[in-house]
Amino acid sequence: MTTLDTSAPATGKEAARAKFAGYFVGLSRWKIGEVLFWLALVGAYFVPDMNIILLGHILIWGLFAMSLDLLLGYRGIPSLGHAGFFGIGAYAAGFLGKYGWTEPISGLLFAMAIAGAVGLVTGRFVQRVHGVALLMVTLSLNLILYDAVHRATDVTGGDDGLQGIVIDPVLGLFRFDIFGKTAYWYALIVTFLLFLVARALVKSPFGLSLLGARENTRRMIMLGAPIERDVSFVFAISAALAGAAGALLTQTTQFVAPSALSFDRSADVLVILIIGGTARLYGAFIGAIIFLFMRDWLAALSPVYWYFWIGLLLVIVVSFFRRGVLPTLETLLQRLRAR
Amino acid sequence: MNAARDIVLATRNLRMAFGGLAVFDNLNFELGRGERHAIIGPNGAGKTTFVSLVTGLLTPISGDVEFNGAAITRLSPQQRVKAGIARTFQINTLFRGLNPLESMVLALCERDGRSGQAVTSVSREKPQIDEALAMLERFGLQEGALTLTDMLPYGQQRLLEVALALALKPQVLLLDEPAAGLSTQQGHELFSQLVELTAGTTILFIEHDMNLVFRYAEKVSVLAAGSMVVQDTPDNVRNHPRVREVYLGV
Amino acid sequence: MTSIATVLFNGVAYGMLLFIMSVGLSVTLGMMNFVNLAQASFSMFGGYIVVLVVQRLGLPFLVSLPIAFIIVGLFSIVIERLVFRHFYGTDDLTQVLLTIGLVFMSISTASYFFGGTYQRIDMPAWLSGQRDIFGLTLERYRIFIVVSGAILSLVLILGLERTKLGGMVRACVDNPRAANGCGLNTQMIFAVTFAIGGGLAGLGGALSANLLGIDPNFPLRYLVYLLIIVSVGGMGTIGGTLIAAVTLGVADVAGKYYFPSFGGFVIYAITIAVMLWRPRGLLGRTA
Repeated sequence: MTTLDTSAPATGKEAARAKFAGYFVGLSRWKIGEVLFWLALVGAYFVPDMNIILLGHILIWGLFAMSLDLLLGYRGIPSLGHAGFFGIGAYAAGFLGKYGWTEPISGLLFAMAIAGAVGLVTGRFVQRVHGVALLMVTLSLNLILYDAVHRATDVTGGDDGLQGIVIDPVLGLFRFDIFGKTAYWYALIVTFLLFLVARALVKSPFGLSLLGARENTRRMIMLGAPIERDVSFVFAISAALAGAAGALLTQTTQFVAPSALSFDRSADVLVILIIGGTARLYGAFIGAIIFLFMRDWLAALSPVYWYFWIGLLLVIVVSFFRRGVLPTLETLLQRLRAR
Repeated sequence: MNAARDIVLATRNLRMAFGGLAVFDNLNFELGRGERHAIIGPNGAGKTTFVSLVTGLLTPISGDVEFNGAAITRLSPQQRVKAGIARTFQINTLFRGLNPLESMVLALCERDGRSGQAVTSVSREKPQIDEALAMLERFGLQEGALTLTDMLPYGQQRLLEVALALALKPQVLLLDEPAAGLSTQQGHELFSQLVELTAGTTILFIEHDMNLVFRYAEKVSVLAAGSMVVQDTPDNVRNHPRVREVYLGV
Repeated sequence: MTSIATVLFNGVAYGMLLFIMSVGLSVTLGMMNFVNLAQASFSMFGGYIVVLVVQRLGLPFLVSLPIAFIIVGLFSIVIERLVFRHFYGTDDLTQVLLTIGLVFMSISTASYFFGGTYQRIDMPAWLSGQRDIFGLTLERYRIFIVVSGAILSLVLILGLERTKLGGMVRACVDNPRAANGCGLNTQMIFAVTFAIGGGLAGLGGALSANLLGIDPNFPLRYLVYLLIIVSVGGMGTIGGTLIAAVTLGVADVAGKYYFPSFGGFVIYAITIAVMLWRPRGLLGRTA
C-alpha cells in the first residue's frame, strides 16, 4: 500500500489514480533488500578468512547468468549456447592483452563490443526458430565455436589456453595481485555498473515490451511492436554482458582456455539462473552464490561425485520450486507478512 | 451501393487456400467509414481467416486488401497496425503475466513509439500512464488494474482485449467474436458498452449470436461458400432469401 | 589402407548404434513432446549391464543383450511413472534441465559403482576379428551391428505400420488429444512406448559397449548426437531418425578419417541449416 497523503482530501477516484500512477515509480524504486545485497558484497571482502577468489568468481558467474536472464527471463528466449558469448568476450580480452593492448577498462569495453556485435547477428537469424529447434541451433553454434577455438592451436593455444596475457593495473594504480584483492574490487565495480544498466533496461518501456513479447508475441504484433528489432537488440545486450563476464574472467586471471566457451559452461549458467530464479536479475546472483558455494563445498567433500548433488539440486528445483529459489522466498516472505 | 459511402477498407478478388483447400475464391468486400459492420456466416466459412488476411497475419494467394484506397497486401502486420488497423482475438490474447495497467501502458508506448526507450523508468512516461488510467476507467477496469491479467474475471479479460486494441486509436477496429465465452446476458452488456466506448471508430465484428448482430450492427455481410453472399442492412439481410437458405436454415 | 567402402561401412555401423539409442527419444518427443536427455543415460545403463553380465557373471554376450533391453525398459517405465509424467506439457527448457540433472546424477552414480575408467568387454570368438566380404576386410562385430540394426529397423517400421500398438502410437503422435478423445488410453500407450524406447536405448548402449566404450561420461559424449539425430530427422518419425542417424554416423567417421581438422563443424553446421530451414526436422510434419 502506498502511504496516504493526508493533506489532500482526495476523492476515491483521485486517490486511486495517485496509487496507480505511483505503481511504476514503486517498481523502479530501490528496495532495502537491494541495497543490503550490494553492501553485503562489499562487506564480504572484509570478513576474515573469506575466500576472495571464490567471491570474485561468484560475481563473474552472477553477471554471466544475469545476461542470460535478460534473454530467457525477460524475453523468454532460451539459449543452450550462451557460453559462446562469454568465450568471445574472454578471448577478445585475452588477445588484446597478449598483443599489446594491456589497458583493462578499454579492453573490457572492446570485448563487450565484439560479443555484442556477434549477439546482434545471432539474434537476427535465431529468432525465426522456437522450442527444440532453437535449443539445437544455439547449442550447435556453441559447439562450432568451441571446436574452432579448441582446434586452432596456432592462434588460441588450444587446450593449453592462451599464454602470455598481460593486463595493466586498473587506472594505472591497482595491480592485479595473486590474492585476488584487486580482482574482486574490479569485478565488483564492473558488475555493479553493468547491473545498473540491466536494471534500467528492464524497468524501462523497452523492458516492458520484452515482457509483453514473452507473454504474448501475437498480441505484440497486433500492437504494431517491432519484435524482430527488439529481439536482435536484447540479444546484443545480453551477449555484450556475457562478453563482459568473460573478459572479467580473463583479465582477473590473465589466462583463458577453451573451457570458457564449453557447452558445460552453457549448461552451468542455465542451472545457476534456474536455481536462483528468472526475471529477477538478483536471481542470477543468488543462483551463483548457491551453485559456487555448493560446488566448492561438495568438491572438497568428494571430488568425483559432487555433480550428483548438483544434478539432484536441479531435479528438486525444477520439480518443486519451478520458479527458482528467489521467487519462492519472496512468496514465503509475503505470506509471513500477511499474517 | 451508395455513391456517397466513403470506403475505408476493401478486399478485391481475394483468393486464399490452405494446402489444397480453397477458403476464398474471389472475395470482394467493402467497409464504409464510421460503420458498425458485422460479418456472419456458418462455421468454417472463413471469418477468422478473413480477419487475419486483413490484418496481415496471413497472406492471400492473389487479390488485394485496400486501406483508404491504397493496397496494403504486401505490408507487414505491424505496418498495418501503424496504418490504423487494430484487432482483437476470439480467444483471449493478453499478457497473462502482466496486470492491466502494465498492459495498457505497454500498448500506448508501442503506439507512441516509446518502446525503444531502454534507459529511464516507465514511470517517466507520464502521458502514456495518464492515458492508460483514463482508458482503464472508461472500460471500468480500474478496480483490477494491478491484478494479474490471468486472475481477472473472464468478462473483464474480454473487455481488456478490446481496450488494448482501441487504445491504439485505430481507424478500423476488427473484433473477432468479442462475446465469445460470455453468457447471452453478458454478451448484451458487453455490446452495449462497446457501442458507447467505440463511438466514432469504424467497427468490423464477427459474431455468432444473431440477436447481437441484428441489434448492434448497422450493416451485415454474409460470408458463405468462399464469398460474400450479401452486404446490406440488417433488415434486408434478415429477409434475404439466399441468407435464410444458407445460413439461418429456414 | 582403408578403402572408402570400409569407411562407409564403419560409418553405417556407427549410425546404426546411434539409431538404436535415439529412436526411443524420437518417438517420445514426437508423441509426448518430451525432451528426454536421460535417454543417453539409459544407454549407458545398458552398457554397464553388459559389463556385469558378461564380465562378472560370465554369461554369453548374446544373453546380455535381451537382459539389457528388459532391465533398462523396466527401469525407464519406473522413471516415467515417478518423474517424467509430471513434466508432460511443461516447456522444453524445463524438461531439458530436469533430464540433464538426471544425467549428472547418472554419471556420478556410474563412477561410484564402476570407477571412472573404460570397461573391458570380452567378445566371443565369432564376433572378434575380421572377415572378407566382397573383397572388403570388415570387422565381424561391425557386420553384426549392421545386420542386427537393419533387422531392428525393419521390425520397428513394420511394427509401427502393421500392429495395433503401432497404430495407437501413430495416432498419439499425430494428435494426442484426439487420440485420448477416441477412447485410447494415452497414459498407458505413453508408458509402454516409453518402456520400449528406453529398452532400445539400453540395447543400443549394450551394443555400443564394445565399439564406443563404456565409461561414466558416455551420456555426455553422445547426448548431443542423439539430440541432433532426433531433431534433424524429425521427431516421431522412425524413417527420419534412421536416415539422420546413418548420415551422421557416416559423416562423423568419414570426417574424422578424411578431414580430421574440421572436427564436428560439418555436422553442427548442417544441424543449424536444417533447423532454420525445417524446424520440425527433415521428415517432420510442417505444422
